[in-house]
Amino acid sequence: MTTFTVNGEERTVDVPGDTPLLWVLRDELKLTGTKFGCGVAQCGACTVMLDGTTRRSCVTPVSTLEGADIRTIEGLDTPEAQAVQAAWTAIDVPQCGWCQSGQVVSAAALLYEIPNPTDEDIDRAMAGNICRCASYVRIRQAIKDAAKTLEG
Amino acid sequence: MTITQNRRSFLASSLGLVVAVSLPLRSRAQSGAALAFQPDGTDPTFAPNAFIRVAEDDTVTVIIKHIEMGQGPMTGLSTLVAEEMDADWSQMRAENAPADDEKYKNLLFGLQATGGSTAMANSYTQMRKAGAAARAMLVQAAAEAWGVDASTITIANGVLTSGDKTSTFGPLAAKAAQLTPPEDPPVKDPKDFVLIGKDRPKLDSHAKSTGQAVFTMDMDLPDMEYVVIRHAPMLGGTVASFYDTEAMKVPGVTAVRQIPQGVAVYATSTYAALAGRSALSVEWDDSAAETRSSAQMMDDLVNLAATGEMKVAEEAGDIDGTLTDAAQVIETEFRFPYLAHAPMEPLDAVIQVKDGSAETWGGYQFPGFDKQAVAGNLGIDPSNVKLNVMLAGGSFGRRAQPTAQIGNEIGAIAKAAGRDGAWKLIWTREDDLAGGYYRPMTVHKMRGALDAEGNILGWHDVVVNQSIMAGGPMEQMMEDGKDPTSYEGSTKMPYDLANLRVNWVRAESAVPVLWWRSVGHTHTGYATEVFLDQLLEAGGKDPVQGRLDLLKSDMTRDRAVLEKVAEMAGWDGQKVKGNKGYGVALHESFNTYVAQIAEVEDRDGFPHVTKVWCAVDCGVAVNPNVIRAQMEGGIGYGLGSVLFNALTLGEGGHVVEQNFDDYRMIRINEMPSVEVEIIESSMDPTGVGEPGLPPVGPAVANAWRALTGTNVTSLPFKTTAGA
Amino acid sequence: MKTLTKMTVAALLWAGAADAETVNGLRTVDEFGAIADDTERSVALFKEMFVVIESPRCLNCHPVGDVPAQGDDMHPHQPPVVRGDGGMGAPGMRCSTCHGAENVAFTTGQGSIPGHNPWNLAPIEMGWIGKSAAEICEQLKDPERNGNRTLADLHEHNAHDGLVGWGWEPGEGRTPAPGTQEVFGELTQAWIDTGAACPTM
Repeated sequence: MTTFTVNGEERTVDVPGDTPLLWVLRDELKLTGTKFGCGVAQCGACTVMLDGTTRRSCVTPVSTLEGADIRTIEGLDTPEAQAVQAAWTAIDVPQCGWCQSGQVVSAAALLYEIPNPTDEDIDRAMAGNICRCASYVRIRQAIKDAAKTLEG
Repeated sequence: MTITQNRRSFLASSLGLVVAVSLPLRSRAQSGAALAFQPDGTDPTFAPNAFIRVAEDDTVTVIIKHIEMGQGPMTGLSTLVAEEMDADWSQMRAENAPADDEKYKNLLFGLQATGGSTAMANSYTQMRKAGAAARAMLVQAAAEAWGVDASTITIANGVLTSGDKTSTFGPLAAKAAQLTPPEDPPVKDPKDFVLIGKDRPKLDSHAKSTGQAVFTMDMDLPDMEYVVIRHAPMLGGTVASFYDTEAMKVPGVTAVRQIPQGVAVYATSTYAALAGRSALSVEWDDSAAETRSSAQMMDDLVNLAATGEMKVAEEAGDIDGTLTDAAQVIETEFRFPYLAHAPMEPLDAVIQVKDGSAETWGGYQFPGFDKQAVAGNLGIDPSNVKLNVMLAGGSFGRRAQPTAQIGNEIGAIAKAAGRDGAWKLIWTREDDLAGGYYRPMTVHKMRGALDAEGNILGWHDVVVNQSIMAGGPMEQMMEDGKDPTSYEGSTKMPYDLANLRVNWVRAESAVPVLWWRSVGHTHTGYATEVFLDQLLEAGGKDPVQGRLDLLKSDMTRDRAVLEKVAEMAGWDGQKVKGNKGYGVALHESFNTYVAQIAEVEDRDGFPHVTKVWCAVDCGVAVNPNVIRAQMEGGIGYGLGSVLFNALTLGEGGHVVEQNFDDYRMIRINEMPSVEVEIIESSMDPTGVGEPGLPPVGPAVANAWRALTGTNVTSLPFKTTAGA
Repeated sequence: MKTLTKMTVAALLWAGAADAETVNGLRTVDEFGAIADDTERSVALFKEMFVVIESPRCLNCHPVGDVPAQGDDMHPHQPPVVRGDGGMGAPGMRCSTCHGAENVAFTTGQGSIPGHNPWNLAPIEMGWIGKSAAEICEQLKDPERNGNRTLADLHEHNAHDGLVGWGWEPGEGRTPAPGTQEVFGELTQAWIDTGAACPTM
């Protein structure tokens, strides 16, 4: 049994300790916004916020999560996340959409730490998130747009 | 099981419209994709044809016969309907069509299918007519309700007006539903378009930015089990024997079954299924498998280019004599590896079997084939199978399966379970990359003849690769044993080459091959545009002016995109400026014309592409926003593959690249900035999903050769230039 | 034939045993007892320590630039990552975004992702990749470039630090560093005791 908080709600799961958080979220908690893309922390589709920083849920055993605070795309409600999602929608970043939950989580985390990221900051924060449709041109633009919105 | 499709129905390509086919008024569709875009809780009141439903809350739902996998048909086809109905964009919704080869066939293929960048091309007239019919019926309903002449009624932004009377669509829906659809309603003159031709926000962007969009893998059904399959490690291998004692000990594993595709592990969670699969031990029979390494296979392709049976794909003039008499002959051999599609959502499907009926959910791109496959595996009539087409997390051709690969797998899983129930099949990335259905490994052996002034006199291209169409239901589309998808783009070039021959030699292997975003053009675009650039360079010609001079006089659309891209990039004939090299390429595919110029830097001996200018002519630009997105995406997809990707078979035919650590994807730091311009046109629209891809590789290669002197003829760059 | 094979194997085993006392490919301190000269012995001991230091397990996270290496072939880390503040990665993409407190086996295929708490790059002044044994030896003794450590601190680090120790337990898919952390610690102590001499090239 492991107890942790997901999107502000305390959840207890009874699964083998080496079950990756990704599958706990998807199969047990039915939070399917977090996606499976590689299983080896190469693509970032499974990115969630764990205790305030980005985390690849596909390589995070549930046994390491006792008392942890997890936010998934479904519960991302920070001003940064809202600005990112609005910017994503406004310029139609998504194509197939499969990677975009992870992209949005990473982008919101970047903006929380660096409100006005340079191109290099964006490269560094976002290079762990693969988009096979190569929506990268718009991801970069949307992050800059979101930064402007947050600036007010 | 085998699926056959007779040639006649395949080639049937009547553009006639069946507006009279009405959808029965029924409750909301159950597909997850539909749920994401369904008007909230309201049943459609007015369904003038198979494509449109108008509800009393004013929402207009367009039934999209083409799968949405990122290329934008939900938005694009809805735009066509909204335009002809004079609807307001905010009232538009889109929903995937169910499997129905009759109602929802691709008019260019004769069955329900998405591929070949045809969604817009084959739907343009059909969807506009459907929208025009709906509009006419709403107008007539209003005329009757208001007691006015129909000609006095105008519609704008979803509001009908006549004198002081106004109404939105919803209140008229019930009345309109009583009317007979007009047989051949007139459509708008393009000059009157309000929505078409302007940037339109995509219908699915919000759902996909907030994690709400529902894909196949997100499906959940009561008592559903999770299934993974151990596939053979060599392509074409089969199960000789397996031992499941350890697998069955894994908590949560409920069954292990042999199926034709391998060994399936059934469990109560994805994790348990994966753990069970890891504990499985399987002996494989490789007697029908490909056991050569890809290095050996490439050697064999090179030999076939000299010794294989040459079919003539295209011939003009006297190429042999021209090569003999030429002042200069240039030869280059190009080598292209296998490539995997690697859609971000790995292959998957869901099935529910109950009382002799089945329902399946999947990113089915040829849904009719998959429906038949499910029925065949379960031994039930196809009429007892309901197939739901889901949003697909990318495809790039991978889900366009004439062999109904996934329909067969999910059907076999349900069959082997031997009971009623629900199952979700999940492929891992390892399954995906090692699973075959690759872009064919290909050799182009090219010879060009120049005269003393450097003019190109002759062109000979020998293409060697496996056939995509042979050995499946598509084989009947081959003529004289030739598969045009193997060499498309090396034939019918826009250039005036009086002496030319294109040969094709068919190679064979147990490795299954498939169309991969832009199909034959993936390699023919590269081989022809790099080789042409070499010849122009050898003849002392400018890459842009040399091409323009060589274009046939009637190739006006090729000429226009090339001139446009040269203008965009400020082409001045200098191929190197400072530390940057510039290269150009022009390639038409799927009736869309694209020219690109790439700006490339040398970073530690490896190309870094900083910018790509792209000019495209795809006829009427229905939604410039989507067209630009597809050009950007095609450029990124093509660039990543050219730089990094080779799917290689190692010893015994075992696939080397098992995940993204080996099969490297382009990332944001490697993505160039992209500038797109769309040529204004009133020609019927053509596709944009694939044509952005072919020019990027040769444009980058030409820039790299200008910058460094290295002509990359063996892809990817990573193996040639290191990385 | 059968007998011959057995004899050959026995001979090989004997020869191996007679050759050197090694633990997992690393010679123990005893093996250096025959070298009479302290400085020579010290240099020889360092060269043996260097067998560990030059392992990809150690070098990969001691880059001289901002990008760590990865794998037994020491390719640039993929996905691309940078040193960032404190060697912990960049905002939005920390080392801890992927690396947890322990190695985690992949569930979908072969291999594992390495982990330890903490997981970070050595400071840039402690960068080693591309340097010779002589250069690294001098660097190790220089408080400016060894994290302000005394030789005793250095021994403590080599003998007991958890992240150093990870090099011998790197998880599936990575070759462990030669020897054991215990032998590495003993070699370090013996090297210090003999004057911490460095090779000249």
